[in-house]
Amino acid sequence: MLRTSAAIAAGKLTRAVAKRRGGGSALPGLVAEKVDPKILGHALGGLPGGIVVVSGTNGKTTTTRMLVALLRAHGLSVFTNPTGSNFTRGVISALLGEVGLRGRPVADVAVLELDEAHALKFADAVTPTHALLLNVARDQLDRFAEIDHTAKLLAQLAARTSKGVVMNRDDSFVARSAEGVKTGVTIDYFGVDDSIAHRLPELMEQDTRVDDEYVVPPAGADDILLRPVDERSLEILVGPHGAGGIVGPVELKQRGLAAMINATAATAMARRLLGSRFDAATAANALATVTAPFGRGEVIDADGAPLELVLVKNPAGFTVALSTYGSTPVRTMIAINDNYADGRDVSWLYDVSFESLREVGVSLTSGVRAYDMALRLQYDEVPVADVEPDLESALDRFLRERDGQPARIFCTYTAMMTLRRRLAERYNLPAFGEEGS
Amino acid sequence: MSKGEIHVVHLYPREMSIYGDLGNTRTMTARLARHGYTPVLHQHHPGAAFPDQAHLVLGGGGQDSGQARVEADLEVIAPRLRSLAAAGTPMLMICGMYQLFGKAFVTVEGKRLPGLGILDVTTQGNPKRMIGPVVLSTDFGDVVGYENHSGSTTLGADQAAFGRVRSGFGNNGEDGSEGARTGNVFGTYLHGPILPANPVFADALLSYAVPLATGAPFEPGDLDDTFAEEARTRQVRRLVS
Ligand SMILES: [Zn+2]
Repeated sequence: MLRTSAAIAAGKLTRAVAKRRGGGSALPGLVAEKVDPKILGHALGGLPGGIVVVSGTNGKTTTTRMLVALLRAHGLSVFTNPTGSNFTRGVISALLGEVGLRGRPVADVAVLELDEAHALKFADAVTPTHALLLNVARDQLDRFAEIDHTAKLLAQLAARTSKGVVMNRDDSFVARSAEGVKTGVTIDYFGVDDSIAHRLPELMEQDTRVDDEYVVPPAGADDILLRPVDERSLEILVGPHGAGGIVGPVELKQRGLAAMINATAATAMARRLLGSRFDAATAANALATVTAPFGRGEVIDADGAPLELVLVKNPAGFTVALSTYGSTPVRTMIAINDNYADGRDVSWLYDVSFESLREVGVSLTSGVRAYDMALRLQYDEVPVADVEPDLESALDRFLRERDGQPARIFCTYTAMMTLRRRLAERYNLPAFGEEGS
Repeated sequence: MSKGEIHVVHLYPREMSIYGDLGNTRTMTARLARHGYTPVLHQHHPGAAFPDQAHLVLGGGGQDSGQARVEADLEVIAPRLRSLAAAGTPMLMICGMYQLFGKAFVTVEGKRLPGLGILDVTTQGNPKRMIGPVVLSTDFGDVVGYENHSGSTTLGADQAAFGRVRSGFGNNGEDGSEGARTGNVFGTYLHGPILPANPVFADALLSYAVPLATGAPFEPGDLDDTFAEEARTRQVRRLVS
C-alpha cells in the first residue's frame, strides 16, 4: 500500500501542476501509473456498488453521463471519469482528484467510460463488476483496424465481467457477446421497440455486416425498450408494451435517436444496479436534466443566436448527426483535422452521404483537411462557398457572415478543441474539463 | 449529346469496400458524366453473372471475413477478368483486391493461397500493420493516399510497380516500391480514397476505358479540380519536406 500512496502523491502533484498550466488530463495518470501500475486495482477494488464499464464505439460519453445522473438521483455517490478522456490513464487522473492518500475513493460505485481496447487494459488491472455494451461501428481511428476486431474486444470485456452485462439486443456484434459471458453473470438487454425498428439501419453500417444472419429475437419481459414520442421525448418500456413498467415520457436535452438509445441503455444498467430501489419517476426526472456533453450537440448562445457544435468521428456517427439535424437545415461549417485523436485517415468521409446538405450548402470547410472535405462535398454535389484551413479565421468568418442566424459546426475532435477554446474566449464559456461532473 | 456509354464494374461493393473505397466508384461515374459520357454502373455481387460489358473494373479492400466471402466467386469470374485484362481494360484494385489479383497470399501460418495471377506479386501475411499517409511518385505525378494493410507484398522479377514511395511504407516497407502495374491493370494499397484525391490518375484510367467503349479517343471536358489539387499538393508538402 505504501507504493500506492507514493503513486497517488506523485500523481496528485503532477495533477496540480498540470492544472495550473491548463494542461491535458492524462498526464497525471501517466505519472501515477508509472509509480504503481496496480494503482487502479488498489484504489477501485471493493467499492460496494461495483465498477461499471461503459464501452462501445458511439455514445459512450452521453450514456455515461446519463447513467451517473440516474444513480446520483437515487442517492448513490458515483466516481466517474467526466472529461471523456476514456483511456486507463484518464481514469487514474480522474481518480487522483477524488481520493485521499490512503487510496479509497469516497463513492458507492464507479462508472467509467472506456473505449474497447482500453476497457480490456483496464480489466487487466481491475475486474469490472458490470459492463454496458453499446454498439460496434467502424471507427476511423487507426488503432482498431477492423470492425470484426472491435467486436472481439467487446466480447472479451463481456467475458471478463463478474456480475452483470447489459447489452444492445439490436446490434448483432454486441448481442453475440452473450455467448462468452460467464455462468452466474446476469445479462440484460436494451433495444428499440417494434414501432421504430425500421430506423435501426441509420445507426449501423450495414455494408460491413454482409451475410449477417442475425435476427433480433422477440423482446423478453425484462428487456428495456425505447419508444420515441416525438423528436425529443421518449418512453422507456420494461418489456413489450411496457408490461413491466414505463419510464417517462421524458424530454431529453439532446436531440435524436442516438441520444434516446443512450438513455435507454443507461436506464437498463441503472435498473440492474439499483434493483428494487429503482424508481421510474426519479429516473425520468434525472434523464431530463442531463445536458449534452461538450461538443455533442452542445448549443452555444453566440451573439444571441444558437451555434451548435457537433462532434463527428466515424461514418456511423456522422450519418446519425446528419439525419438528426437534417430536419432543421441551417448555415453549416465542417472542420476536419487528421491528428491522432481525430483518426489520421480521412477516407471515412466517403462512407458518409452528405446529400442532405445539398439544399443549403456548406458555408465553409476548415481544418487541416479542409480541401479534402470540400472535395468530398463536391462529389455529393453539395455547394461549398469557401475553404479556410485555419480554424480560428474560419470560425471568426463563419460567425461574422451568418447575420445572426442559427448555425452549426460539424467537427472532428481536435478541431473541436480549437474551436471550443476560441468560443470560450469569445463568449465566456466554461473551458474544457471544467464543466463539472 | 452523350459522347458514349461507359460500363463500370465495381467488384464486391458489399464485401470488399472498406475505408471509403466506394468513393473511387463514385468518382469515376461522376467524372464520366462531367466529361460528357454516360456511365453505366454494375455492382457485381458474389454468385451473380458478370456483366456482358465492362470497360473499367474497380475493386477495394476488405476485412478477412469479406475476403473469404468472395474467393469462390473470384474463381468463377477469373477467366473473364484475365481476358479483359489482356484486352487492355483498365482495372484498379485496392488493398485486399490487389492481393487477390496477385499470384499468391502466404498466411502467417505459412499456408499458400493462390490468387488470380493477373499481377506478378506475392503477399506474405504478417502481424505488423503498415498504416499511415502515403505520397508516391508515379507516371501520373505525385499520388497521395492512406495505406492500412498487414500483408507485405513483393514484386516478381519483371513486375513493374505502380509508384515509388516518397513517404509511407508501400508494398513492404523495405524496397520503396508501391503497388503494381501490368498493362492497364493497377494494384495499390492506397485508400484515401485514391481516385478523387488524384484526378490525373483517375482521368488516365478513363482515357484507357473510353476507346474500348466508343472506338474513339477520350475527349475530356473542362473540369474544375481546384479542391482536389489543393488537397493533394498540401498533403505532398506536409509529408515530403
Ligand atoms: Zn487496406
